[in-house]
Amino acid sequence: MDLFDKLQILADSAKYDAACTSSGVDRSSQGGALGNAVACGICHSFASDGRCISLLKVLMSNACIYNCKYCINRASNDVPRATFSPRELADLTISFYRRNYIEGLFLSSGIIKNPDYTCEKMIETLRILREEYRFAGYIHAKAIPGADSLLLNRLGQLADRMSVNIELPSQQSLALLAPNKTKEAILRPMGFIRERIQENTSDLVQYRHAPRFAPAGQSTQMIVGATQDTDYQILKLSAALYRKYGLKRVFYSAYVPVVSSPELPALDTKPPLLREHRLYQADWLLRFYGFEAGELLDEQHQSFNPLVDPKCNWALNHMELFPVEVNKAPLEMLLRVPGIGVKSAHRIVTARRNGTLDFAGLKRIGVVLKRAQYFILCRGKTAEGLKITPDAVMRSLISDRCRAMLPEQAEQLSLFQTAITREDVTKCLTGEL
Amino acid sequence: MPDRGAVIYRYDGSFAGFLSVVFTSFEKKEQPVQIMSRDQIQTVLFPIKEIETDKEKASRVRAGIRSRMSENGWQKVRLGFDTCHPEKELLLLRFIRLGMRLGKRVCWMLADDTVAELENALKHLTGEAHQYKGFVRFSEAGGVLAAVIEPKNRVLPLLAPHFSDRYANEAFLIFDKTNREMLLYRPHRYVIIPVENYELPLPGTEERLFRSLWKSYYETIGIKERENPRCRMGHMQKRYWKHLTEMDPDVPPRIDGQDGLPTDGHKLKDRIQLTDTADSSL
Repeated sequence: MDLFDKLQILADSAKYDAACTSSGVDRSSQGGALGNAVACGICHSFASDGRCISLLKVLMSNACIYNCKYCINRASNDVPRATFSPRELADLTISFYRRNYIEGLFLSSGIIKNPDYTCEKMIETLRILREEYRFAGYIHAKAIPGADSLLLNRLGQLADRMSVNIELPSQQSLALLAPNKTKEAILRPMGFIRERIQENTSDLVQYRHAPRFAPAGQSTQMIVGATQDTDYQILKLSAALYRKYGLKRVFYSAYVPVVSSPELPALDTKPPLLREHRLYQADWLLRFYGFEAGELLDEQHQSFNPLVDPKCNWALNHMELFPVEVNKAPLEMLLRVPGIGVKSAHRIVTARRNGTLDFAGLKRIGVVLKRAQYFILCRGKTAEGLKITPDAVMRSLISDRCRAMLPEQAEQLSLFQTAITREDVTKCLTGEL
Repeated sequence: MPDRGAVIYRYDGSFAGFLSVVFTSFEKKEQPVQIMSRDQIQTVLFPIKEIETDKEKASRVRAGIRSRMSENGWQKVRLGFDTCHPEKELLLLRFIRLGMRLGKRVCWMLADDTVAELENALKHLTGEAHQYKGFVRFSEAGGVLAAVIEPKNRVLPLLAPHFSDRYANEAFLIFDKTNREMLLYRPHRYVIIPVENYELPLPGTEERLFRSLWKSYYETIGIKERENPRCRMGHMQKRYWKHLTEMDPDVPPRIDGQDGLPTDGHKLKDRIQLTDTADSSL
């Protein structure tokens, strides 16, 4: 088969996997090796959809024996099939890596013959890279559910990060759309990876040169919008995965209809990008801002507000805590102010060691006041000339990006007034400030 | 500071030269209205004072800044000199004056005008350097990897350790077209030298194949239903496109009749074994 066709088929099939990060491990090229890894990760390009390209993301093979309904590579679908040989893929990776096109390899696969066989092919590819070419760049490998634990163990020793995709956030959705997969079959390898990472940590304490197992941890992905699962269910599951399985990342992938099936959204359905965006925002709040899933959504509020980001939504429902004085508020509280990110919060803490900050000073250190100004005080005062009219507040709190994603410009204003039911935003803001 | 009439300092454009400028400014208690390097040609209104580069004075300034403004403060000065701030010398001189007066807390005074301006320039430099770690594209010719970049800041000193570690056993060069200098690496040493001009050699068959394979991969990996040119532009500004293989209109996304790969990887294996035993001195 023509090499270009092969690469195209196997990259095309892998592109719906959202994970492309090359982060989480710092490694210098040990004498005589090619490559290194940088903890913060490096993006090498950006695709036409604006997503980062860091790794050569391909499937080993798309000749899959399973028949998951949402998947373009399901056995019953009539698509061209291709399989890389381990040597071929390793050589391609090295050639791309030497030209600095990529940070490393992201290897996933459809199930060829059976899970063990598939896993062996992947191991062989990584073995050539690591042992023959002494490649020290980044490798992300998909754990194949159902493969023998010895094989998964070997895979984890060769890779930096491992992942098992949950794809569908509930047992019912799985039963409906992926009849060959069960919750247990997915969680078992995840649990195995978690245990191996823990064991490995204690091995390393005893033997400094113990082989490292998935040093950049594990991640997973969930599809958003293929089933009826709500934002709350998804977020709760993410929080549990971070807590119980020690995951480094949960990725969310807006469902792009690729196959038609009565159980799935119609082929002309637009991918729910705004929903995906809100889930990522909330995910960040869980990991870096000290929020709990239950603070952002609950049984009564199962979906994110489409108009304002989750933090802003939380703040509007907790106006009793605002405004906060930037010169006194603890870091944890600064992190909860809409519009103030992790970097800005840390800069504020650094800069105020040296004297009190005013609004001009905040601007100078790079804090964006557009949203934050409604929630903060500097030296006891609000921003000068701050207009609290419904229109101005709305304009500031709804991001341009979000406004662009909204279906109709005209619908915006009326939607806003009904969306935040608990309190009338403007009244609340005027009352407080 | 006593005003003794406006004066312009002119120096050789090197970092040691700049530190000599700082020395003179402190010694004469004089604040120049402009600091220019000798290769800048322009008519000026004020008298020019030529500052000779003096290693001895430079190292005294360095020691002074380090002890008074902390290692952190010194790093800001050192890096600040590689930024593309149009008046970086005056800005750094202001920063050093502030730092020598106030000590190391100058590093936290993020809301101060001078410090904020320097912080922004540094952010621009380090941000650009980080992006270039991804955006440098090498071409192989005769076993040497070569790349051309056109950065705004002087990023080569920040890229050198990264790429020297990444391609420890390769021979490579990166030409900075803006600052007209080149990073050269052979195992296990690098140098940055001034070079007036450099053109990439014409690509051979193998090089053309990998360029096309990469472009084909690039075009495949984007999801059409999610097309978002503005988002892409935000992350990868257009000024980088010129030297990106995947954005080069002259690279075809397909070469017909390609059944397999040339054995690039095997050559790599040979080279690794070679360099393991070879004498690594340059």
